Amino acid sequence: MALLEVEDLVVQFYTEDGTVRAVDGISYEIDRGETVALVGESGAGKSVTCLSLLRLLERPGEIVSGEIRFDGRDVLGLSDEELRDLRGNEIAMVFQDPSAALNPVYTVGEQIAEAIRAHEDVTDETARRRAIDLLERVEIPDAASRYSEYPHEFSGGMQQRVVIAMALSCEPDLLVCDEPTTALDVTIEAGILELLEDLAAEFDTAIQLVSHDLGVVAGLCDRVQVMYAGEIVERAPTEELYYDPKHPYTVGLMASIPRIGDDRDELPTIPGSMPDLVDVPTGCRFHPRCPYAEEACRLRAPSLVDVETGVPADEPAPNDHLAACHEYTDDLVDGLDYEVVVEDGGGLE
Amino acid sequence: MSLANYVLRRVVVTIPVLLGVTAITFSLLHVAPGDPIDVVTGFQNVDDDVEASLRAEYGLDRPVWEQYLVWVADVLTLEFGESPVTGRDVGATIAERLPYTLLLGGSAWLLSLLIGIPAGVVAAVKRGEPADEVSRIAALAGIATPNFWLGLVLLLVFGVHLGWFRVIPPDAPLLSLEMLWFMLLPTITLGTASAALVMRLLRSSMLRELNEGYVRTARAKGLRERTVIWKHVLRNSLIAVVTVAGLQITLLVDGAVVVEQVFSWPGMGRLLVDAIGRRDFPVVQASVLLIGVTVVVANLLVDITYSYLDPRIRYDR
Ligand SMILES: Nc1ncnc2c1ncn2[C@@H]1O[C@H](COP(=O)(O)OP(=O)(O)OP(=O)(O)O)[C@@H](O)[C@H]1O
Ligand SMILES: [Mg+2]
Repeated sequence: MALLEVEDLVVQFYTEDGTVRAVDGISYEIDRGETVALVGESGAGKSVTCLSLLRLLERPGEIVSGEIRFDGRDVLGLSDEELRDLRGNEIAMVFQDPSAALNPVYTVGEQIAEAIRAHEDVTDETARRRAIDLLERVEIPDAASRYSEYPHEFSGGMQQRVVIAMALSCEPDLLVCDEPTTALDVTIEAGILELLEDLAAEFDTAIQLVSHDLGVVAGLCDRVQVMYAGEIVERAPTEELYYDPKHPYTVGLMASIPRIGDDRDELPTIPGSMPDLVDVPTGCRFHPRCPYAEEACRLRAPSLVDVETGVPADEPAPNDHLAACHEYTDDLVDGLDYEVVVEDGGGLE
Repeated sequence: MSLANYVLRRVVVTIPVLLGVTAITFSLLHVAPGDPIDVVTGFQNVDDDVEASLRAEYGLDRPVWEQYLVWVADVLTLEFGESPVTGRDVGATIAERLPYTLLLGGSAWLLSLLIGIPAGVVAAVKRGEPADEVSRIAALAGIATPNFWLGLVLLLVFGVHLGWFRVIPPDAPLLSLEMLWFMLLPTITLGTASAALVMRLLRSSMLRELNEGYVRTARAKGLRERTVIWKHVLRNSLIAVVTVAGLQITLLVDGAVVVEQVFSWPGMGRLLVDAIGRRDFPVVQASVLLIGVTVVVANLLVDITYSYLDPRIRYDR
């Protein structure tokens, strides 16, 4: 049994323009200690998926159907008290913008200690000492004195370290990181990612890392799941996805990553934009933007199948390579036609 | 900068403001129509000699700036002189009335916070639900009702018809049970509009804060919803409310003028109204000065509370 199992999750937002299906029947699982990436363009439903895991969605959003099981327990059926016990203690979250994620009027130390006190029966002094310890673990110099400083006295990178310390305070089994470096300077990004990697290994924590940047994912994750318009369109072990992407959308995403030694002036982007989730295209959601779209793509939605056998995998193994494209069920007349060029060190055009 | 340093700096900055208040208070009476001498003489025509000697007695013959300095020096030693109308010591008169106003204003202010803050929190948390609607209508009524009217109605219903309250204050010490019971109606009269204002303000600032990222973080940590609201959201929301709550102190002083008339409450408000009617200049001057100082001090307290609630303020500049 996997640590986290998500099955047919559907999330809707009820807006004035209509019902937005932000997540439309996704299924995946994460094993203990595994690091899984969720990538895709803005609006694909990555953040909504993350929030669903902790039932943190607010009006007008709602989990309509599906199941989320954590460690065998039905998350959607938990009582308020059980949910509180899960949050922060077993599944913790790191958010995109650390300056918004921290409360400006409490010291960073208090905000970490508070998380410890919420789950463990400890004295204030113990919580304080453990918070200082955590600040040291996330490599904040002078941790004891910075404990009583306020978030605005920290730089963005240091703030995110505080948020990570907070998330790790109760040694969760799963750490959900929603674009943890997007709001930060690129020079700081590497340090934060490295820290996450080290700490995850040290605490044996599984990570779900959200990013719209495949480059960030490459170094950190065992597996990648690509999301498009509320669905998972491809999943594969990281290396395989990089060298052998199977879905045209993934190919487009890869082509738009800048790489070292890249001398293109302008990176190609996928033409068009993500569909309006109130009124999604018929058939394959990607077909209006897909250079290989055919009649079949307009008519029928492809299912997520094993790229070798063309058979939907009910319980995919971590190493399986799945994609949602008619190509793999032999329903395309012309087929896909792109070339993956691997340069030294692994590049792709 | 530490909180103590910040407070010290704010206090120092307040001194010139207080001086300004004295200057304005002093000049008010000198630009107001009417000559104090007329009051002393009872608006009779008197000999120039007599008038000159009276002017000399009250120091009215000296240049204005000199009169001002003398007055400030007196004020600093809490020496307000003698009323030419009643012949009583002004300081003593005020000392007699001030506790009444402070107690009434203070309890009305407390009432407005004790009702306004919880009601505002509930309205924000239960947004769009019946509790929110009910409190919205109540707040609207509270703000729209003139306080003299509310006072009269309360007196009529609970004083005259039901007989639960006396119509005029009992002849009892200020801190007696009887007096405190009597004070209930004026307190409600004075506090209602403020409570409504605090409530609406807190509601809207809470709704804003509830959308902030730190609220989600707090929930994601597994804190109780109670802690999320009352510890994390409320403290941030109060920052907006403190300013208004501080300014309410001024409003309460204003309101007291009316409410004290309605309830025959022997406070500063009535003293001021009476003194203006009688052209009792020293009393008017001292009362206005006191109100001015109250406003300045209220603002100082707002600043200090503000910086206590929001550490970012202390670090500015
Ligand atoms: N509060 C909301 N109200 C209405 N619709 C929402 C709300 N939050 C999200 N959505 C809808 O859900 C969709 C998915 O949003 P989500 O935040 O998960 O995207 P994302 O993949 O995280 O993108 P990004 O890279 O920009 O963070 C959006 O396209 C939007 O239409
Ligand atoms: Mg997002």
